[in-house]
Formats: sequence, C-alpha cells, structure tokens
Amino acid sequence: MAAFSAVKIPPPQFTTVRSSSQRPGSSPAHFAHSPSAFNSISFGSAKSVRSRPLFAVSSDVVSSSDKTKPASSSASNPAVTREVALELYEDMVLGRAFEDMCAQMYYRGKMFGFVHLYNGQEAVSTGFIKLLNQSDKVVSTYRDHVHALSKGVPSREVMAELFGKATGCCRGQGGSMHMFSAAHNVLGGFAFIGEGIPVATGAAFSAKYHHEVLKQSKPEGLDVTLAFFGDGTCNNGQFFECLNMAQLWKLPIIFVVENNLWAIGMSHLRATSDPEIWKKGPAFGMPGVHVDGMDVLKVREVAQEAIARARRGEGPTLVECETYRFRGHSLADPDELRKPDEKAHYAARDPIIALKKYIIEHGLASESELKSIDKKIDDVVEDAVEFADSSPLPPRTQLLENVFADPKGFGIGPDGKYRCEDPLFTQGTAQV
Amino acid sequence: MAMALRKIGKDGISIWRRGFSSTSGLESSSSRDATPVNLFTAINQALHIALDSDPRSYVFGEDVSFGGVFRCTTGLAERFGRQRVFNTPLCEQGIAGFAIGLAALGNRAIAEIQFADYIFPAFDQLVNEAAKFRYRSGNEFNCGGLTIRSPYGAVGHGGHYHSQSPEAFFCHVPGLKVVIPRSPYQAKGLLLASIRDPNPVVFFEPKWLYRLAVEEVPDADYMLPLSQAEVIREGKDITLVGWGAQLSILEQACEDAEKEGISCELIDLRTLIPWDKETVEASVSKTGRLLVSHEAPVTGGFGAEISASIIERCFLRLEAPVARVCGLDTPFPLVYEPFYMPTKNKILDAIKLTVNY
Repeated sequence: MAAFSAVKIPPPQFTTVRSSSQRPGSSPAHFAHSPSAFNSISFGSAKSVRSRPLFAVSSDVVSSSDKTKPASSSASNPAVTREVALELYEDMVLGRAFEDMCAQMYYRGKMFGFVHLYNGQEAVSTGFIKLLNQSDKVVSTYRDHVHALSKGVPSREVMAELFGKATGCCRGQGGSMHMFSAAHNVLGGFAFIGEGIPVATGAAFSAKYHHEVLKQSKPEGLDVTLAFFGDGTCNNGQFFECLNMAQLWKLPIIFVVENNLWAIGMSHLRATSDPEIWKKGPAFGMPGVHVDGMDVLKVREVAQEAIARARRGEGPTLVECETYRFRGHSLADPDELRKPDEKAHYAARDPIIALKKYIIEHGLASESELKSIDKKIDDVVEDAVEFADSSPLPPRTQLLENVFADPKGFGIGPDGKYRCEDPLFTQGTAQV
Repeated sequence: MAMALRKIGKDGISIWRRGFSSTSGLESSSSRDATPVNLFTAINQALHIALDSDPRSYVFGEDVSFGGVFRCTTGLAERFGRQRVFNTPLCEQGIAGFAIGLAALGNRAIAEIQFADYIFPAFDQLVNEAAKFRYRSGNEFNCGGLTIRSPYGAVGHGGHYHSQSPEAFFCHVPGLKVVIPRSPYQAKGLLLASIRDPNPVVFFEPKWLYRLAVEEVPDADYMLPLSQAEVIREGKDITLVGWGAQLSILEQACEDAEKEGISCELIDLRTLIPWDKETVEASVSKTGRLLVSHEAPVTGGFGAEISASIIERCFLRLEAPVARVCGLDTPFPLVYEPFYMPTKNKILDAIKLTVNY
C-alpha cells in the first residue's frame, strides 16, 4: 500500500445499489434550498454512502442483455423529447467519430504531439454542454476536443488545429491540448491539470459582475461557466482554492469532475484519501452530486438542476461524473495497467449504445434514422479531415506574433528593424 | 581519462563519437564491468544504487511506481518496497514541500516532477523554502538530502508544456544547485553526486536523450564532481559552452566548423549553479571568443550570466562579443519548434560571425 495511510477500500463491486432512484433518469441529489444549508443529508443519504460500494451506479437507461429492465422506465414516458434525444445522439456520435478519426490521423503522421482522446466519456460532454447557451463558457483540460465540438466549434476548425494548420481555431498555435474559441466561449484547453479551474472561476466572476453590477442582465439569468477536469486534479491545491472562492462569492460555476478512475497510471483509489469526490462540495458549503457519467440522460438531468441553480444566482455546484476512457491516457500510452475486466465492465456501458437502445425502445426514432445520423457524422468528419489536409501551414512570421499585444512588441533587433519583420528570420538559417 | 563511445541519433542520423573526459575523481576505471545503456537506464541504475546504499532514501512522484512515464524508476518499487518508492497525488507544490520536510529530518528525498514544465507550482517551495532552509535556521536544519529530478527540454513534438527549459529560474536562487547531464555516463555519476551532495539539487534530465543517447556506463557505484565543467573537445579559435541535449548540436556544429578550418573548444558546464567559472575563463583566455547556446529563450537565459561573468573576467582578452545562440523570446511553440530552436546552422553562422569579427 502507498506510504500514505491507507483507508481500507472495498474492492470494486459492479452491482447496482441505489434503491432510492427507481424512476428513469432520476437525479440522485436534491439541491439544498437555501444556500447556507450545510445539509449533507440531501445528497443521497449520508448513511447509505459508507455502505455503498464505490462503483455502484444505478442505470435505468443502460442495460446489458441479461439484465431485466426496471418496469418503471415505460416506453410511453421517455425522459426527453425526440428532438432532444436525436440532438444528444448526434453530438455523442460526433465526439466518438471525431476521436476515432484523430487516432487514425495520428498513426498516419498527420497529427503529432500529445493527443488525448475522449472515447467513452461523451455522455458527460454532451449531457452538460448541450444545455448551455452561446454565451455560457466552457473550460476544459487537455482532453478537450469533444468539449469544443459539443460547444459548437466546427469540426473543421478543430481538425485543422490538430493538424497545426493556419485555419485551426487557434491558427495552429495551440494544438490538441489548447482549444480556444472566442465565438463559442471555449476558454481552453489546458495541458496542465488544475490550471483551468481558477481561470473558470474568474470567468464566472466576470459573468456575475456583468449581471449584478453592470446590470447587463439576460432574461435567462447569469451566464454559467463549466469547468471540466479529472479525478487526479481533485488532489491539487488549485481545485480546493477555487471551491472556496466560488462558494464564498456565490459564483455561477459548475465544477464537473470526469472521474475516470485513472490519472495516467495512478489509480484514483490509491491516490486519494477519500475517493468520493462529490463529498468535497459540502465541505466547502456547496452541493456535491455524484452521477453515472455513462448515462447521458442522468447527466443531463443533474446538469439541468445545477445550471438552473447557477443562473438563479445560488452559486456553484460540484458534480462528480463516474465515467471511463476507453483508450489510454494519450495515444502514446500503452495502457497496460488497467485490468481487462474493468475495461469490459465499462465498455458494456457505452453511452452511445445505451442511448441508441433507449431511443429505439421508447420509439423516439427508428434504427434507420439513427444510421443516417451516423452516416451524416462520418461525412462531417471526413470533410473536416479534407479541409484540414488542404489548409495551409501557418507562415513562419506567425511564430513571433501574439507574444505581446503589439506585434511589434519585440522591439528592434540588432539590425535596426522590428524583429517580427526580420527577413533573416523568415528565410534564415533555421533548418526546417 | 575514460574514453566513451557515444551514439547519438538526432533526426535519425547516427553519429559515432569519441570524446574524452578530463575529469578526475571517483570514477570507475573498470571498463570490463560497463554496459552500453541509454539515458533512462543509466538514471535507473543510479536510483537503484542510491536507494541501496542509504536505507533512508525515498523516491516519489507522479506515476513512479510502475516505472514512470519515461521508465526511469522501473524496478524500484518492486525491489525496495512501496514504503520507499511511491506515487504521489497530482500536486507538485505538495510534492516539493513534502520532500523538503523529509529532507529536513535527515532523509534523502528524491522527488520526481513529471515534466519540468510542471515544476512551477513547486517553484515557491523550492525558492522560498528549500533554498533558504539552512540559511534562515542558522544551520539548525537543512534540506540537503533533497534532490528534485525532472525531464526538461525539447523533444520534437512536445509543444508548450512538455518542452520547456526552466533552468534559468532556478539559477537565480542562492541556496539551490542545478545540475544537467549530457549523456548516460554523465547522468549516472552526476545524479549520484547530486543525491549525496549536502545541498538541495534540482537535476534536469534532457528528455530527448532518454532513448536516443547510448553509452558505455560502468555498473558500479561512481560519482562525478559537481561544480566542475568538462572540456569535451579541445580547440583554439572559439569556446563553445552548453549543457544537456544542446551539446550534441554544438558538437555537430564543431564538426562542420572544423571543415571550414575553425577549431572549436567545447565545454559542458554540467553544474549550472554554482558554475565552474575557472574552466570557462581558462578556455576563453586561450581562444579569445565565446559562444553560449541553450534551448531556453535568450533574454534572461543562463547564457546571459555566463556572458556577463566572462566579460568581467576576460574583457581585454576578448576578440569579439560573446555570442548567444538560444531559443527565441516566445513561448515554446508547437509547429514552429524547428524555427525556435538553436539549430546547428544558427550556431555555425554565429561561430563564423564571431571568428570573423
């Protein structure tokens, strides 16, 4: 066991336990009605928490073939409308197809550097981001392609950015880990874990200031900021500092933990004294919610409440989504440490397959309609690759741009000219 | 003198070299018990020896127990147990502070920061605590047992956060030592010396060379002296100073310059702080010209300190201004890496300019 004092962690049991939620897509949490309530009872019963195995998630939507469907999820009462279901389906398929294409392109050498794929976690991105407006903000980590896509950044721009082309969303400067878009309010893209959370906190403060002080209010309420990050980040100081600040100032921010149980090769259980991350919310005075991150409808329901809370000005929420990445940490990760039965367990809960099954069982759409969505997305991704391929590389002069606001901020070089215009640089002796 | 055969393949070109080491010291002279290994294996050997020779030494960091993302810590957890070799959560500030605490109580704490780019949260602890511990406690306590190991430098595709060279920031802190090896043989000896040095040391390992550099490394326990630079190539027209992975680029430039009749003297600084001014001064007194090269941005890089010190000491002897061929003053770029880096051609041009001044 690690040098840190080890709490005896029960081995993972992949059984369902949550008896309280029998209704389809029901939320496991009741949000505290008054912001000052330090009410831990409301969040899935504190008493049952200790006895609850860590991987227990009830999932009325996902069902493996030999498990009987709970009678309560009746075909006549689906949790979402047809339009919403198809929107969610399309978004998740886009995320999956895009990431699979990234892997192909990487192995063909079109893409380089460190690329981290999101396969398996689509339900979290789709479940949350599809509820946002254009003016709401998203802050992510290095596993950010799908967050950008869900927020509305065109696949062409994301793919071109991955290829390092001038038509990419950051003009080729950022690459895989740094997706930014002012038009879609994606504030990055952070290679360094935890660095995005304070940035998101600041953005949330700005939204609140605009609403309350500058009175630039929207009828819907405050603009919300979502900060996505992983389980490893929850042991980092910046996370705790921001939980405190966000609750102190009641900022419209939602901290979304994508707990996929692994930080490269470090198991969450072996790195964290109390692995139940949602409990860290109430410690700072905000609601903490745990949700099955492989079920997009459950995520969406939790997200709806959290976002509504934030818009009303009631402050932050910490949402822990139990999810899993089907691939390794990055395309360079051999992924040897995760056990095959753990992988198989989560592969059986593939969010896209689950939603597809749900849609068909509830008669929201036919199989052929879903197939045509698949085809449409394939075309979109192919088009993105062609666009990226045919786009030009950025010119060499771009290297010196944007270091400071003034492109001439580099000052004068030894030859008396502005450095950014130095021809010696652009044609020079630099070996390509 | 130990002869070393080095094969360094950058850009897929294998170059066989013979270099000689002018260091004296506690070197193993038994070439029978040496094997050709690469950089991460040499470091791994050093860590095995360090943990073996001192029961109160510990290795920790992110992902170290399965061997680390660069395989430098393979086999340590299995051999020495998880009480001594363990993973930490993702908190660099915590890792550094925790290491300082361990060291303050007489242990040897060998902390790994997974990439030098991630060292900045730990910067506060290192600068404000580690560097000043002995000083401000009046030698009541010290954290000399602290060694921070971190892979630094460009790797071809690293981008902004997997390629930085932060050595200059640490060189500005009295109380810390900064050591950078250029090859497997150097790495093992310097790392063991750093671990056993009674001062806190930040040990940067050039990640580009982890697999690419292969050299004969003695299996035994040996140390190389700190604060001693090494002249790895003698010459008479110009002195080149560098460290880490940059040296192989400098060597290529030396070869090319040789063909044009310029004889270059190449010095590996090895320890950046406190650095061996005497060796560089002696060399510049001989050649009259100096060129410093490093990957970090030129403004405020460690080359500036070397330049200023040498000008102070050798002003009348210098035939030309000190040249610095370094990274550009931009954040480390992604696609533009080849333009940003101080490549062989840039160095060659600078050599010629300096010699023909």
